[in-house]
Amino acid sequence: MNHNQRDWEVHPPYLYPDYKSTVFRAPSKPLIPMKHTLSESTGPVYGQDSVGQFDNDLTKNGIRNGEPLGERIVVSGRILDIDGRPIKNTLVEIWQANAAGRYIHKVDQHNAPLDPNFFGGGRCVTDENGRYTFMTIKPGAYPWGNHPNAWRPNHIHFSLFGSNITNRLVTQMYFPGDPLLQYDPIYQGVPEKARHLLVSQFDLSLTQPDFALGYNFDIVLRGHNATPFENQ
Amino acid sequence: MTQTPSQTVGPYFAYGLSPQQYLYNHTSIASGNLRTSSTQGEPITIKGRVLDGQGNAIPDAMIEIWQADAKGQYNPTDSDFKGFGRFGTGTDPEAQFIFQTIKPASVDGQAPHITVVVFMRGLLTHAYTRLYFSDETTENQKDIILNTVPEERKNTLIAQRQETPEGIVYQWDIVMQGEQETVFFDV
Ligand SMILES: [Fe+2]
Repeated sequence: MNHNQRDWEVHPPYLYPDYKSTVFRAPSKPLIPMKHTLSESTGPVYGQDSVGQFDNDLTKNGIRNGEPLGERIVVSGRILDIDGRPIKNTLVEIWQANAAGRYIHKVDQHNAPLDPNFFGGGRCVTDENGRYTFMTIKPGAYPWGNHPNAWRPNHIHFSLFGSNITNRLVTQMYFPGDPLLQYDPIYQGVPEKARHLLVSQFDLSLTQPDFALGYNFDIVLRGHNATPFENQ
Repeated sequence: MTQTPSQTVGPYFAYGLSPQQYLYNHTSIASGNLRTSSTQGEPITIKGRVLDGQGNAIPDAMIEIWQADAKGQYNPTDSDFKGFGRFGTGTDPEAQFIFQTIKPASVDGQAPHITVVVFMRGLLTHAYTRLYFSDETTENQKDIILNTVPEERKNTLIAQRQETPEGIVYQWDIVMQGEQETVFFDV
């Protein structure tokens, strides 16, 4: 495998029938392999100027009349390329449910309270070591309609750009020891050997004493720079 | 190192990834509008729907586009054209994606094209495709990527140019399954 190609041994397949929405949405014909050209070895650049003052602190960026409810956590990690090199100055976007498992999104009808002081979206840019850090609230689990009594495990959605458009990744971070993971078809859709890569690790060094627990979640994106036509 | 696995964008991406389009009180890094009045090039609108295997328009997809400018440059240093757009299909009554941009010039001898990335609830891994332009017949015939696509499927990548009172519109649906399934690439 060329190291800049998508590794289909770790990514979920398009069709995964236990996750019902894949059935009519998964492409059914084989993908056509594409040589990388300049269009694939380039990508959008979003630096520090795309991030506002409290964008990386979800305990502050939605405040109206007080502190958001729930367990404060630090979520931090490094964005690396496939060779283990840090990807610096790259944008990380996240979104999540509040502590009660409710999204602020208008189509979320789950019967759990909204928190007037929690928005649930944030972003930041990685530092020189490829590290990002968010302060947030631990998201709650929530039910969904996939099958009877279906619950999503606690998770935070992540969106990454990396160094070119082939590095683009949208994923979800889970929490260690969550008993719902074994029942979740979205998590189980990932080939077994790679599932653990989506589970964050409790990290004492990231905790803030008397204030917040800490979880580490590293993310590995694809190769750095495809020379145009290197796959020929 | 092992690549971190992909997961679906889910149904609730809008307030995190495209809050302004969906009228949430937070800024967006990108939208469906890539140009300003001073952007050089031919102003165009790209419109279409994302159709599932039953022919229904999908109202919770997110489409991203990545393109060169009117001189064939990515990330041009001499203008503020970013070349990146993002649009969710949940705000248009017909579940269309709508991009206001400019027609890119040819890059590296390829026919003018736009890279398109497709995300949605029910798609565990995003899909890559390309948009080409119906008025570039000669260039399209020579394009090295288009020529890797079986003849009978090439039309799924070609957006149809229409002259409308609102200007030039390229119409292009993304079809997830079936006879007219859009070509997706292993990029
Ligand atoms: Fe979610």
